[in-house]
Amino acid sequence: MAQTQTSAEPTRRDFLLLATGAMGAVGIGAVAWPLIDQMNPDASTRALAAIEVDVSSIEAGQAITVQWRGKPVFIRNRTPEEIEAAKAVPLDELKDPIARNANIDGAAPATDENRSTEGNEALLVMVGVCTHLGCIPLGQQGDYGGWFCPCHGSHYDTSGRIRTGPAPENMYVPVYSFVSDTRLRIG
Amino acid sequence: MSGHSTYKPSTGVEKWLEKRLPIVRLLHDTAVSYPTPRNLNYFWTFGGILTVMLVAQILTGVVLAMHYAADTRVAFASVEAIMRDVNWGWLLRYLHANGASMFFIAVYIHIFRGLYFGSYKEPRELLWILGVIIFLLMMATAFMGYVLPWGQMSFWGATVITNFFTAIPWIGEPIQTLLIGGFAVDNPTLNRFFSLHYLLPFMIVGVVILHIWALHVVGQNNPLGIDVKSEKDTVPFTPYATSKDAFAMVCFFLVYAWFVFYLPNFLGHPDNYIEANPLVTPAHIVPEWYFLPFYAILRAITFDIGPIDSKLGGVLAMFGSIAILAFLPWLDTSKVRSGNFRPLFKIFFWIFAVACVILGWLGSRPAEGGYVLAAQIATAYYFAYFLIILPLLGFIETPKPLPTSITESVLKKSHGGGGVPAGAAASPEKR
Repeated sequence: MAQTQTSAEPTRRDFLLLATGAMGAVGIGAVAWPLIDQMNPDASTRALAAIEVDVSSIEAGQAITVQWRGKPVFIRNRTPEEIEAAKAVPLDELKDPIARNANIDGAAPATDENRSTEGNEALLVMVGVCTHLGCIPLGQQGDYGGWFCPCHGSHYDTSGRIRTGPAPENMYVPVYSFVSDTRLRIG
Repeated sequence: MSGHSTYKPSTGVEKWLEKRLPIVRLLHDTAVSYPTPRNLNYFWTFGGILTVMLVAQILTGVVLAMHYAADTRVAFASVEAIMRDVNWGWLLRYLHANGASMFFIAVYIHIFRGLYFGSYKEPRELLWILGVIIFLLMMATAFMGYVLPWGQMSFWGATVITNFFTAIPWIGEPIQTLLIGGFAVDNPTLNRFFSLHYLLPFMIVGVVILHIWALHVVGQNNPLGIDVKSEKDTVPFTPYATSKDAFAMVCFFLVYAWFVFYLPNFLGHPDNYIEANPLVTPAHIVPEWYFLPFYAILRAITFDIGPIDSKLGGVLAMFGSIAILAFLPWLDTSKVRSGNFRPLFKIFFWIFAVACVILGWLGSRPAEGGYVLAAQIATAYYFAYFLIILPLLGFIETPKPLPTSITESVLKKSHGGGGVPAGAAASPEKR
C-alpha cells in the first residue's frame, strides 16, 4: 500500500501497538524481577538478630571483637590518654568530618563525643570493617595508635576516624545501647 | 579474505552432509584452506594456544566440579579431599589452577602482540573489541574460580573485589548486596560464584567463536602490518599454520607441565591454604599475579579528584585501564600498523610494556611509601600512552617506508639480492 499521507491523529492501530508493547514490557519486567531478586539476601540473612555482649572484662587499653551480621564489631576500652589524643584533634584535620554514628543525627560532626556514648566515653563500639574495600583493620596499630588496615594502608585514629590512606569514611558506629552497666546490646 | 570456498565433498557421507548441513565445508574453509599471510611469526601461534587452554580449563573444570561442594562448611575440605582422596585429584586441580595462570600468560602475549603490530587497526576494530570482551569474561571467571577453595585469600579477595561496587554513589551498596546476597561475603556468595564460574567459560566459548569469525572475515594481520595483496602472499592454514601452531603448543605445554609437576604452588598464595575466617584479614592481601597491574592502578589513586573521592577514583581508574583498550582503534591515529616501521612508537611501546610489568610488581608490594609514588607514575604513563602519546604520535612521527608486498619482503630477506634459493626446500613458505 502506497500511502503517502500520514494522519496527524494517532490511529486506533497506533494505540493498540503502544498498549501491547507496554503490557509486554511490564510482563518481561515481572518475569525478570524474581530472577534478579533471588540474589538479594534471603529471609534467614534478613532476620538480623541483635546481640548482647558482656563488656565488664575488657580492661582499659584492651579491645574485643564480636561478630554481628556476619561482620566483626570492635569494642575497645580506651585509655584516658587515647581519649585525650582523639579529643585533641581539630575537626578540620579530619578527612571525613561526619560522625557516622547510627545512634545520633546523621550530619553530626565527627568529634570524639559524637563517636562514643556520654557517660561511657572510654568504650568505643564500631563495625570493624575498613570503609575502603571491606578489610578488617588491625587494632592498636598505625600512625595514630588506633587501627591500621593492612590491605591498602588506611590509618584510623583512637576514635576510629580515617586520618590517612584511601578509605573515604570513618568506621561506622552501629546502633547499640547499654542494657546494664556491663552489658551492651548491638542492633 | 573470505574468498570462495575450495572445498569439494568427495566421500558419500560428505556429499550427504553437504546438502543438509555443510559443516564439513565450514571446517575445511576455517582450518584447512583458510589463507594465512606467509610471514607470520611465532607470536601468531597464541590464538591457537589460547583455544586449547580454554578447552583444557573446561575439561579439568567439569571433572573437578564432580568432586567439589559449594558450601562454606565443606568447600575447603572438599578441595583438600580432591588433593588427597580423589583419584588423580591432585593432578586435575593443579592442572586447573596453573592452567588459569598459563591462560593469562598466553592472553597477555596475545594482547601485546596486537598492541605492537597494530592488530586493532582498521578493519580489525571489532575483532579487537571482541577480544577485550573475552579478556573481561576471563578476568571475571578467574576471580570467581579463586573464591571457590574458600581459603583466606578467596574470602578476602571476594570481599575486596565486591566492595569495588560500593564506591558507586547511591546505587553502589544495593548492587553489592545483590551480588553477594547478604551483608558480608558468605555462603550465598560462594554458591552463586560457583554457578557463574561454571557458566562464564561457555560464554567465553561463544565470544571466541565470534572472535574467530570476525578474524576470518578481515583476515590475519602480519608482522609487516600491510594487507595481503595476492594469493602469493598467503599459504593455506593446513599444513603451514597447523603445524607451526602444534609445535608452539608443545613448547607451551612443556612450560605448563613444568609448573604443574615441579612448582604447582609457585603462582598461588600460601594464605589460601588457611580456611576462610571472616574475622581475620590476612596481613597482606594480594590478588593472583595476573591481576596485579590492575590492583596497583587501583591503589595508586590515593587522592581525591574534584568531587570524586579516592575510593571511587581508584575503582574508576582500574576499570578504565581495561575499558580504554576498547577505544584503542580510534585513539591510535597512525595509519601504519606494524611497530617495526614506527621508530618513535617503538620506544613508547617498550616503555609501556615495562610500565605494565612494574605495575605488576608494585601490585604485590605493600601500599606504602615509595611504592605508592612509583605506582602513581606508572599509572600516569599507562593512561598517557593511550590518551596522549598514541593520538599525537600519528601526526608527529614519520614512519619508515613500507614494503610493497609481503612476498617481496619475505624473498628479499631470504636471499639478500638473488642467487640460488638454497633454503627453498627447507622453507617452502619462501618459494
